[in-house]
Amino acid sequence: MKFLISMHINPAVLDALTDEEKAAIGDGHGRFMEALKASGEFITTQALVDPSQAAVVSVRNGQPVVTDGPFLEAKEYLGGFYFVDCENKERAIELAAQIPDAAIEGLGVEVRQVMFADGQLEA
Amino acid sequence: MTEPVIEDLLRELTPRVLGALVRRHGQFEGCEDAVQEAVLAATVQWPAEGVPDNPRGWLVTVASRRLIDQMRSEHARRERESATAGEVVPADVPDSDDTLVLLFLCCHPTLTAASQTALTLRAVGGLTTAEIARAFLVPEATMAARISRAKQRIKAAGSSFSLPAGAEREERLRVVLHVLYLIFNEGYTASSGSELHRADLAHEAIRLTRMVRAQLPEDGEVTGLLALMLLTHARREARTTATGDLVPLDEQDRATWDRALIDEGLGLAKASLAGLALGPYQLQAAIAATHADAATAEETNWPQVHALYLVLERIAPNPMVTLNRAIALAETEGPPAGLALLSTLDSDERMAGHHRLLSVRAHLLEKTGDPAGAYEHYRRAAKVTASLAERRYLESRAGRVRGLSVP
Repeated sequence: MKFLISMHINPAVLDALTDEEKAAIGDGHGRFMEALKASGEFITTQALVDPSQAAVVSVRNGQPVVTDGPFLEAKEYLGGFYFVDCENKERAIELAAQIPDAAIEGLGVEVRQVMFADGQLEA
Repeated sequence: MTEPVIEDLLRELTPRVLGALVRRHGQFEGCEDAVQEAVLAATVQWPAEGVPDNPRGWLVTVASRRLIDQMRSEHARRERESATAGEVVPADVPDSDDTLVLLFLCCHPTLTAASQTALTLRAVGGLTTAEIARAFLVPEATMAARISRAKQRIKAAGSSFSLPAGAEREERLRVVLHVLYLIFNEGYTASSGSELHRADLAHEAIRLTRMVRAQLPEDGEVTGLLALMLLTHARREARTTATGDLVPLDEQDRATWDRALIDEGLGLAKASLAGLALGPYQLQAAIAATHADAATAEETNWPQVHALYLVLERIAPNPMVTLNRAIALAETEGPPAGLALLSTLDSDERMAGHHRLLSVRAHLLEKTGDPAGAYEHYRRAAKVTASLAERRYLESRAGRVRGLSVP
């Protein structure tokens, strides 16, 4: 079963972390990816740029209108995701719990099963 | 020989060559890699140079050479080669069929179901890692890691290359049949994604189950599983419209069912019931056979379907079986009886909010003349399912009953 494990970051929470804490998060993600690859459950992972760099596109009267910044003025934003193929939802939740963000108050880790996929998976 | 014929031959020989190698050298892990390389060499050489007189012997020789090369390079740093280390084994190995032993090994209980299926398809089915990865829609690196982890686990478990005896053999055979069933199901209904037919996996599962049956013709469950697969596979064309929409059993055009597969499946289902003990695959095959026997949906022998589900519920209790029995009960005693049986599943946490429970209830509510209730349940089922095709189907049913509930 394929799951998207998305990481919802809060820039204010991340900014408040010490350098050691930030490094520990990086190391934790490194170890997580390594373990996922070894177990044959890893498909891909992507991290996104800061939400301040986003652009919202809408079309009004046939004309595109572009606004800088994220769609929702929220505290949390989509920061990145892991795309995994594992046995069942329980296993996906077990994996999500290994992501360092899950242990930090104010950061969200969400698990959702994939319903439709298309496109090349190989880089 | 044409390339597809060569491919079939190679797939058939793969487990026998691997079996011969493991018998001789032990170390399943190394042998499996060596056989894959030998098969690859044959794929390149045979179409150009012709198939050797003894193809199996050729593969055993080439694979043994690869294996010895591997062992040599592993030992090279530690010890000097002895003059005899590179001797190639003779090709006239006994032609025993180790397919079953290999299947038992690949379906080792310490492996996850995903690893069991991947390893079975590679070591017994003779598919390449890339082909398996494509069938399961994952990158090749993911599948390669999964297979290699599975082989390491088998090695760590210290399994011997022999058939287990007695009760353990029975238990392991059930695991093998379950893995074959999973491969078939993966091909028949993709659990997620838009593709409903991954026919190659279904074909492969049928081919492997035929191989097992050739070894165990007396086992009713093996025969039952094969019958179940054939009877299900026979309906594949009728199951979807040209645009990929689902067609339920009672609305399928039965003229498009594959008659040859139905006939073979009916024969096998009947044969499997001749034995003393009855297992879940035999019963499911008997149910599929009852449906296949009906020329139209209206002619379905529902009392028989219901009776078979009752027996199945007794020997293999499972809420899904009860759910299916509720459908049969609704046909024999009316939708309220079916709904009453469904309500016994509400307290089962395995079924709480399950899309099948919601959709069957919707269906029965529609039949009782409660379009508003049916609409509500079709909608909820559509939200919960992980299959895009099923969601489209449930939404269209919801749309249909909505017209009835709003005058």
